[in-house]
Amino acid sequence: MSNKIHAEMVANVWKVVAKPGDHVGIGDTLVILESMKMEIPVLAETEGTVRELAVHEGDVVQQGDLIAEVE
Amino acid sequence: MVVFETVLVANRGEIAVRVMRTAQRLGLAAVAVYSEADKNALHTRQADEAVLIGPAPAGQSYLNVDAVLEAARVSGAQAIHPGYGFLAENAGFARRVADAGLVWVGPPPEAIEAMGDKIAARNAMIEAGVPVAPGTSEPVRDASSAVHAAASLGYPLMVKAAAGGGGIGMSAVEDDGQLGAAFETARTRAERFFGSPAILLERCIRPARHVEVQVLGLADGRVVALGERDCSVQRRHQKVAEEAPAPGLSAQTRTALLDAARRAAWAVGYRGAGTVEFLFDPVSEELMFLEMNTRLQVEHPVTELVTGVDLVEQQLRIAAGQPPSFDPDAVPAARGHAVEFRVYAEDPVRFLPGPGKITAWQEPTGEGIRVDSGYAEGDTVTPHYDPLMAKLCAWGEDRAQALDRLGAAAAAFRVEGPKCNLPLLAELLDQPDFRAGDYDTGLVDRMRG
Repeated sequence: MSNKIHAEMVANVWKVVAKPGDHVGIGDTLVILESMKMEIPVLAETEGTVRELAVHEGDVVQQGDLIAEVE
Repeated sequence: MVVFETVLVANRGEIAVRVMRTAQRLGLAAVAVYSEADKNALHTRQADEAVLIGPAPAGQSYLNVDAVLEAARVSGAQAIHPGYGFLAENAGFARRVADAGLVWVGPPPEAIEAMGDKIAARNAMIEAGVPVAPGTSEPVRDASSAVHAAASLGYPLMVKAAAGGGGIGMSAVEDDGQLGAAFETARTRAERFFGSPAILLERCIRPARHVEVQVLGLADGRVVALGERDCSVQRRHQKVAEEAPAPGLSAQTRTALLDAARRAAWAVGYRGAGTVEFLFDPVSEELMFLEMNTRLQVEHPVTELVTGVDLVEQQLRIAAGQPPSFDPDAVPAARGHAVEFRVYAEDPVRFLPGPGKITAWQEPTGEGIRVDSGYAEGDTVTPHYDPLMAKLCAWGEDRAQALDRLGAAAAAFRVEGPKCNLPLLAELLDQPDFRAGDYDTGLVDRMRG
């Protein structure tokens, strides 16, 4: 089973914290977005292995864009 | 005005629009600077002339000193007004402006520096006889020194970036364990946002009200106080609503407050508009200096509404070496009551930002209503800058009338497209303690449980 995490808002990707293959728990930070002078951590919603990180530091994501996939 | 005829506003959004309005009313030409993201922004449209200064990220545009100075040169501007944020409290920029032969519409760089470092400012205030909360008199270097300092200060404590502002990197801690983690977070953010890792520990006052005084350092060196504001409605240590006068202050407390603010500004040789912030302990009625913002404040309209004084006009007059528009020996006292609500592009529950294209924007009008906006219908709120879209203000003969007018105006304010926090205002107006004027900085957190 895999869990895809999408951006909730337009934002800049400030930091990519996790990398493919990492084992993560619920609530672990995968990526930190920045929008309107605020840091917004993107957290793992399920426990598992990070299969894909769809963003790079400095990217701009639109609402609904895929950020990461955990399985 | 004869000293300058053209003023460049080195800012964007509502404050740039607001500054230009006064400049234009006084017969000055207003020059805007804009980033590629703000090509069609309201402040760019409001200006008599607009100069592109770089790409969307603020570091390459609104914070780019060389680009702003070049814009002044090509447009022939003779003065620079920094607004708030961006370069407003950058002493190096103030010096560069003066070195370029331009008028700096702001305080002397020495005053910016004296107040820019919170630790140095606290020490200077202690010397000037201004009350401060117990705290560290030197930067705290590492987590173990923090724990050591905490032992003598006592919990709860605030962990703050000494060079910081806007609540960024600031947190309250209850014990040694929390302090360790908060210290590392604060230091990382302090370095990232303010370029200095220096950390300050200060006793956390709870409950506390945030009260502040509008001061003007006049061209002749005198410092006058134009009353106080209460800014205790906050989320994430950032203000959401402000009012003037502060409700429920005794005459004795108000006198002590204005006196301490004048002394603080005087101690650093202040000129122009500034705000001295204090925490007020409603139980002990003690006042404690928090910081001085050496610029125009976001919430300055509530002071304008109760005093009838245009603060931007005073800034321009002082920068031109002229006396204020009122008699400094008879500073206008507050008449009635004014309340401001910051309309942010964020959801009203979690306060997460939600930029987007504005598909509908209808501002309320009515007796006592003032709206300072940075956007209009068709504009796009981008993720590059802060979430403030507009400031909704209401004046009334008394506080109850001001709040009623604010509530009616909020209900009539139509914003569609980006997320918008206006529903928070309706909720706030239903809070019995807010209605009663008996609230502190913990109000919004309590509302959100």
